[in-house]
Amino acid sequence: MAESNIAIELINVDKHFGAVHANDKVNLSVQSGTIHGIVGENGAGKSTLMSILYGFYQADSGQIKVFNKDFRAISSKQSIEAGIGMVHQHFMLVDNFTVLENVILGSEGGALISESLSKARIELTRLAKEYGLEVELDVPVESLSVGMQQRVEILKGLYKGAKVLILDEPTGVLTPQESDELFRIFEALKNQGVTIILITHKLREIMSITDHVSVMRAGKMVAHRETSKTNPEELAELMIGRKVLLNIQKSKANTGKPVLVAKNLEIDNEQGLKRVSDVSFEAHSGEILGIAGVTGNGQGTLLKALAGILPISNGSIEIMGETITSKNSLNPEQLRNLGVAHVPEDRQRMGMIAEFIASETALLGYHNDKSINQGIWLKRALVKANCESIMQAFDVRPINPNLMSSNFSGGNQQKLILAREFERDPDVLIIGQPTRGVDIGAIEFIRKRIIDMRDAGKAIILISVELEEIMSLSDRIVVMCDGQITGTVNGEDADEATLGMMMANALQSENELKGAKL
Amino acid sequence: MSDIFLNAVLTLDASVRVCIPLIFASMAGLFAERSGVVDIGLEGKLLMSAFIAASAAAVFGSPWIGLLAGIFASSVLAMVHGFASITYKGNQIVSGVAINILAAGLTMILSLAWFKKAGITPTLKNDQRFLSIDFPGLELIDHIPVLGVIYRELISGHNILVYLAFAIVPMVWWVVYRTRFGLRLRAVGENPKAVDTAGISVESLRYKALLIGGILCGIGGVYLATAYNAQFVKDMTAGSGFIALAALIFGKWHPYKVLAACFLFAFLDAISIRLQGIIIPGVGEIPVQLIEATPYILTIILLAGFIGKAVPPKASAQPYIKEL
Repeated sequence: MAESNIAIELINVDKHFGAVHANDKVNLSVQSGTIHGIVGENGAGKSTLMSILYGFYQADSGQIKVFNKDFRAISSKQSIEAGIGMVHQHFMLVDNFTVLENVILGSEGGALISESLSKARIELTRLAKEYGLEVELDVPVESLSVGMQQRVEILKGLYKGAKVLILDEPTGVLTPQESDELFRIFEALKNQGVTIILITHKLREIMSITDHVSVMRAGKMVAHRETSKTNPEELAELMIGRKVLLNIQKSKANTGKPVLVAKNLEIDNEQGLKRVSDVSFEAHSGEILGIAGVTGNGQGTLLKALAGILPISNGSIEIMGETITSKNSLNPEQLRNLGVAHVPEDRQRMGMIAEFIASETALLGYHNDKSINQGIWLKRALVKANCESIMQAFDVRPINPNLMSSNFSGGNQQKLILAREFERDPDVLIIGQPTRGVDIGAIEFIRKRIIDMRDAGKAIILISVELEEIMSLSDRIVVMCDGQITGTVNGEDADEATLGMMMANALQSENELKGAKL
Repeated sequence: MSDIFLNAVLTLDASVRVCIPLIFASMAGLFAERSGVVDIGLEGKLLMSAFIAASAAAVFGSPWIGLLAGIFASSVLAMVHGFASITYKGNQIVSGVAINILAAGLTMILSLAWFKKAGITPTLKNDQRFLSIDFPGLELIDHIPVLGVIYRELISGHNILVYLAFAIVPMVWWVVYRTRFGLRLRAVGENPKAVDTAGISVESLRYKALLIGGILCGIGGVYLATAYNAQFVKDMTAGSGFIALAALIFGKWHPYKVLAACFLFAFLDAISIRLQGIIIPGVGEIPVQLIEATPYILTIILLAGFIGKAVPPKASAQPYIKEL
C-alpha cells in the first residue's frame, strides 16, 4: 500500500443542527488499506461526521474526496456507489427479514428478488470464507446474537462493494470474546485492502488495532496521530481538553457487617425462564461488590430481583433486617423506603421517561414522598428546587429542571438518575451499568461518586459489562455465567484473563482445585 | 335437504358479494400499513369513491368512467393522507380520521350541489352499472345436481369487479413477497432507517404504497355504488372500511389470511340477515347486533392475544424522522 494512497479526504466539512455546531471545519485524511480510529467523547461529532460521509446527512459546506475523486452524496445511495459501507451503532437491519433479504435490500438488481437472492447466496458464501464471516443465511436476523447481527452488517457493506468500511462503536454491544473476533475480521479485511474507519471512545481498542488515530472534541478535529507514537493518556487528554485519571485511585475498603445476604436464589425472568439459579452472596457495608459476566448470563435478572422488580422463586434475600422469599416479596417502593436505591441497567427504558422534564425524572420512584406532596397536589416549586440542587451536586448540565429528559446527553441523563438515587442517602445501592454510553469525563465523575458512597459506609452492588470498570471499582468480584456464580475474586487480585475464563465458565474444574487461591 | 343446501349456497353467494369491498379496502390497507402508515381513512376513501363513481357514471353514462373517477377520488384522498403524514410527519390516525370526516361531509355537500339531493345520487340505469356476467355452459352444468347450483350461484353470475377482487389477492401476495418493491415495502414498515441507509427513499416508498392503496380502495368504493347497488346513498359504506381494517389485523397483514378474514366477516354479515327473527331451539333469538359486532369482538380477542398474536409492522404509525 503506497503511503500517498488516500481513500477518504475531508476538507473543512461543516455541519450545524440548529444552534449546535456538530462539525466545525473538520479535516481528515484516511490512507487506503489502513485501520483509522476516530476518538472523541459522546457528542463530539464523530457519528455526525461519518453520517455525512455515508450520505445520511449533508454537510453545510466543505469538500469530500473519495479515492481522489470529488464526492457529493444526497443520500446513502451515492456513498454505497462510491464504495463506502457503514455499520451503525444501532444496526440497520430489518428484524424479521432473513440474513439474505437484509443483505440484498437496496441492491436487488432486477424487479424480482428470486434471482438476486440466489446470486447473493453464492457471493456471501464466498465472502464468508474469505474473511471468516460465517453466518446462517436463511434465519431471521432477530434470532441471531448481537455479534452475528454485526457480521450481517459487515457482509451487507462488503456485498455492496464497500472499499471503505465505517464502524460506529462496534464493540459497545459485544463480549470481550466477540470483540476479539471482530478485530480478527478487521485484520483479514485490511489484508484484502479494505480501509476501515473505527469510531470509538474506547482507547484500548484504538491502541490495539488502529494504524492512525484522529481525535475530535466539541465538533472540532483536534489532533491526528500515528497510533504507535501516542499513548492512552495523551489521547484522553486530547479528547477532554484536560488531564484525566484513567485509573481511579481508591483507598482500601473499610468493610463492615453484611447488610444484604442472598441465599440460594432462584429467579425467573419476565418470560418465565429460569435465569438465576442457586446464587448466594453477601454484600457488606463499606464495600463495592462487583458482579461480572457476559451480558445475558443472569446478572440483569438478579439486579431486578434485588430491586424488587422481579419476584424470586426460591431462596431468600435478607436486606436491612427484612427477609424476602418467594412468598414474601417487597415491591420497589417498599425497598426504597428501607433504604435500598436502584440505578437500572437500561436508563432510557427504566431509569427515566424521555418525554418527562428533568424535575419529573428526578422524582420518579419517590413521587409519594410526604415532603413533596400536599393532598393530591405535588409541590411543583419544591420539586424543581430539589431537582436544581441535585443537578448542581452532580454537575448535570445544563442545570435546567424544565428541560425534557431526552434533551440531555447520555452522560447527563445518567448523572441525573444517579443523583436521584444517591441524594436519598440509601444504605444499599444497586447499580447497573453506571457508565454505559457515557463519555470519559462523566465516567471519571460517576466512578468517584460511587467510591465516595462506599467510603461513607454504603453497601454497593455493581453490575457492569465493562470488565475494566468492575476491576477498577470493586473490592470483591463475583462472576456469573449461565445464571450461576462461577467464581469470586478479591478486587486487587483480579485480572482480565482469570475473570474472562470465569465468565466463560472455563475454570469450573480448576476452580475446585484452587478455589481458595482465587 | 336440497332446500338447506340451496340456502347455504345462497348465503355463501351473499357473503361473496359483501366480501368484495372488504377485500379491496383491506388490500389497500395492507399496502399502507406494510409501509408503516396506518390507514384508518379506508372508510372515507371507500365512501368518497362510491359517491364520485356513482355521480360520474350517472352523468357520463358509463360504469368505466365511474370506475376511473372513483379511483381518482380515492387516490386524491390517499395523497392528502400521505402529504399530512409522510411529508409533514403528522399523526397518521388524526389524518385518517380527518379523511373519514371530510368524505362524509363532502359527499353530502356535493350531492346537494350537483343533484339537489342530500346524500343521494340518481339511480343508475343498467348500462351505467357493472352487471353480472354469466359464464358459458351454464345451461349444460345447471342440470347437474349440487355442482349446477354452485356453478350458477357461486362461480358464475357475478360482475367483473368481483372476479377482479379475487384475482387481486394472489397478485398482492406476489408483489409483497416476490418483487423488489415488495421487499422494500416490507422493510420500510419494519425499519425505515434500514431502508434509508440502504440508499432508498423512505418517503417515495410510502407514497407509492399509499397510491396503490388509494387505487384499490377506489375500486372497492366503485363496486359498492355501481355494482352492488345502483346509486350512492348516504353512509352506504356502513363501516366496511373499519371492518376491512379489522380483517387486516385479523389476517395479520398477510394477503391470504386477510382474504380469509374478509370472507369470515362477510359471512357473519350475510348470516346475520338470514338469522333475523329466527328462533334457534334452546338458544332463543340471536340478536342481530351481536352477530354484526362479531368481527370487532373477534379482533379484540385477537389483539388481546387469545388467538395467536397480531404483530403489526414495527414502524407502523411512526412518521419517519431522519436522525441517528
